[in-house]
Amino acid sequence: MIPELGQLALALALCLALAQSVLGLLGAARGETVWMAATRHVARGQFVFVAIAFLCLAYSFIANDFTVAYVASNSNSALPLHYRIAGVWGGHEGSMLLWILMLSVWTFAVTLFSRHLPLEMVARVLGVMGLVSVGFILFILFTSNPFLRLFPAPPDGRDLNPLLQDPGMVAHPPMLYMGYVGFSIAFSFAVAALLSGRLDAAWARWSRPWTTAAWCFLTIGIALGSGWAYYELGWGGWWFWDPVENASFMPWLTGTALIHSLAVTEKRGAFRSWTVLLAIVAFALSLLGTFLVRSGVLTSVHAFATDPTRGIFILALLAIVIGGSLLVYVLRAPKIGLGGGFEPLSRESMLLANNVIFASAAGSVLLGTLYPLALDATGLGKISVGPPYFETVFVPLMAPALFLMGVGPLARWKKASLPDLASRLRWALATSVLAGLVLPFAMGRWGAMVALGLLLAAWVAASGFVQLYEKVRNASSGANSWARLQSVPRATYGMLVAHFGVAVFVVGVTLVKGYETEKDVRMERGDTVEAGGYTFRFDGVTAVQGPNYAAQRGQIVVTRDGRPVTTLNPEKRVYRVQSMPMTEAAISPGLTRDLYVSLGEPVGATAWIVRVYHKPFVDWIWGGCLIMALGGALAASDRRYRLAARRLREQYAAVAEMT
Amino acid sequence: MNRYAILIAVFVALLALLAVGLKLDPREVPSPLIGKPAPSFELPELHEAAKTFREKDMIGKVWLLNVWASWCVSCREEHPVLLDLAASGAVPIYGLNYKDTREDGLAWLKGMGDPYKLSIFDADGKVGIDYGVYGVPETYVIDKAGIIRYKCIGPLTPRIVKEKVLPLVQELERA
Repeated sequence: MIPELGQLALALALCLALAQSVLGLLGAARGETVWMAATRHVARGQFVFVAIAFLCLAYSFIANDFTVAYVASNSNSALPLHYRIAGVWGGHEGSMLLWILMLSVWTFAVTLFSRHLPLEMVARVLGVMGLVSVGFILFILFTSNPFLRLFPAPPDGRDLNPLLQDPGMVAHPPMLYMGYVGFSIAFSFAVAALLSGRLDAAWARWSRPWTTAAWCFLTIGIALGSGWAYYELGWGGWWFWDPVENASFMPWLTGTALIHSLAVTEKRGAFRSWTVLLAIVAFALSLLGTFLVRSGVLTSVHAFATDPTRGIFILALLAIVIGGSLLVYVLRAPKIGLGGGFEPLSRESMLLANNVIFASAAGSVLLGTLYPLALDATGLGKISVGPPYFETVFVPLMAPALFLMGVGPLARWKKASLPDLASRLRWALATSVLAGLVLPFAMGRWGAMVALGLLLAAWVAASGFVQLYEKVRNASSGANSWARLQSVPRATYGMLVAHFGVAVFVVGVTLVKGYETEKDVRMERGDTVEAGGYTFRFDGVTAVQGPNYAAQRGQIVVTRDGRPVTTLNPEKRVYRVQSMPMTEAAISPGLTRDLYVSLGEPVGATAWIVRVYHKPFVDWIWGGCLIMALGGALAASDRRYRLAARRLREQYAAVAEMT
Repeated sequence: MNRYAILIAVFVALLALLAVGLKLDPREVPSPLIGKPAPSFELPELHEAAKTFREKDMIGKVWLLNVWASWCVSCREEHPVLLDLAASGAVPIYGLNYKDTREDGLAWLKGMGDPYKLSIFDADGKVGIDYGVYGVPETYVIDKAGIIRYKCIGPLTPRIVKEKVLPLVQELERA
């Protein structure tokens, strides 16, 4: 009964999504105020029904209803409750339902926070989002229905993929999807602006907080996925340039470019046409990511069971949504004005450079990801593109980006002066050069790449402090320094924090790459191995039983200079239902290093292959991502956006009265 | 207008690429052994451990080498296809019993029927490594000069036999 209810709710959500897009788009085109006003309520209704459908599926999981085919293949009665809930998005059908839930959550949020926007704009934005929603609900109902029954029902389910039975995996897909789907708002704003023909600074201002919010979720989602790969796959790597990782990284890079380009469009009215295109491309890459993961055209750790009709459906969706919006863009873009002009050295030019860099980065990831497919499609052979390509491309792209990160925020709009910038940044420059020269020695060994990385990280951090210092000094109001600190807009703090997060991230990447120790050794009971100044003693393996798995648990005692540091218990698990062996690494995390141990294979009667890693500053990688996301959250919540939106609405109303 | 045309062209090219990509199987890895001489080996037979078999014994004949094991589930699925092919007499099939025990292998052939002229016994899988076996069952078509002409990873199906294996064998027989 409950699964049927879920399916009915989804079908009703489809009707409402259809109504939402028709009322919104047609209403705005024909100037029907009542239709436009109704759009918001219909959109909320859509959210309610999608949520009901999702809860119905979640209920089937919690109640172990194995008559539902999807539950039977992704859950098991021995599975702990929290993983039964996570199992809802553990397979293809459910994760598509999660996708559509996220879209309706964002739609709902737009209906809540759009009171200050002109009605016509809101109607168009919701109309476009409704169209995307229609496409995806149709996709679920026709190719990936999670509510289908299974007769006869099996006595128990086939269990959730053991790789996904992990806290990081519980949160990774929702965060990632919030990010992917969140870019649909910037996309909808861009298309709405194209349709209305009003491509001024207003649409940029409205879509800025939404884009930043989506970017935050995507940042956290990617960081969670990377952290999961680090401790769950047992190789100690944190980024593999796997096609599906790339699929999430491309929207992130484009989204980062979009955030910066929106700033220029809002403040100076420049880059109008480019910003609209970026908004379309960011969402296009999100859809492409969905396609790559769901269709199985690329081999990857995420390879789900593949079904060609699904691939064709998503491809058609991609063609309609993105092709349609590109067509509108091509028809309207030539009429978009150029906006304010600027000198070769100005904040605009630096943000332009930022955009060029990030767009090139996204382009080269796209190239590296699709190149094997292109070769295969043209019959030229099978290859895979791995880390060497991406690293070769990324270092030369990101180094200038980091440099600009220090200068850009200090440069004036329209025209900046080089001597002025140089003098304001001289201390930051001196500090960072010193850091690059000296700090590697503190780590024990000087290397050119490490020095470059630390120099750039120190540069970003130090110039950030210069930016903060100048903002506070120039703050108009407030006598004491605390009041001045408070008068700096929250969005500025957001930018500073996010840029600081980048510095932290760069430190992590540089030091892990430069100084990590990895040892794969055969160990008998009592054997010791040393890594990064720590001594690891192997004390054998014992058998333990988990709720739905049996494990071999190793015991490794870590000491440093004879003093005990910690005891690590890596496991080799075999999940009973899928009889799939899993490596569960044991990690002792720390601010300056991770100690990472995982069990390989047993050799002989008592010996094991043990992987022992010393990873200096590795947690700074994810720490940096979280700080970036925090900065984004600060920026997105700046109340200036809301005030500015209200003022603009009044202006529109005044114009409407006059005409 | 020109740059917009480029934009649309790039998008259409991308869609076309993805559409073609849907038809391909990324997990299908071509064997580097195709067109190369079959790696040489000398292994005991499964039924009579005292006798050995070498790939050189087959020079002058077109034959199939089928890698199988009693523990392999897909081999059960493939087995009737092999029995039919053997009964048709189109091409001799030789089995490579891979990482198995002699008792299990023999019991399996006894229970399921034996399509092989003879099976050879590769207990530690060393010959399997030379042949690049990574998914059992695998089947190799080897020509009169001892060159590998075709490799099928996974079970043979009636369709693969009809459309790929038999035409190839006939062509090689004529050569």
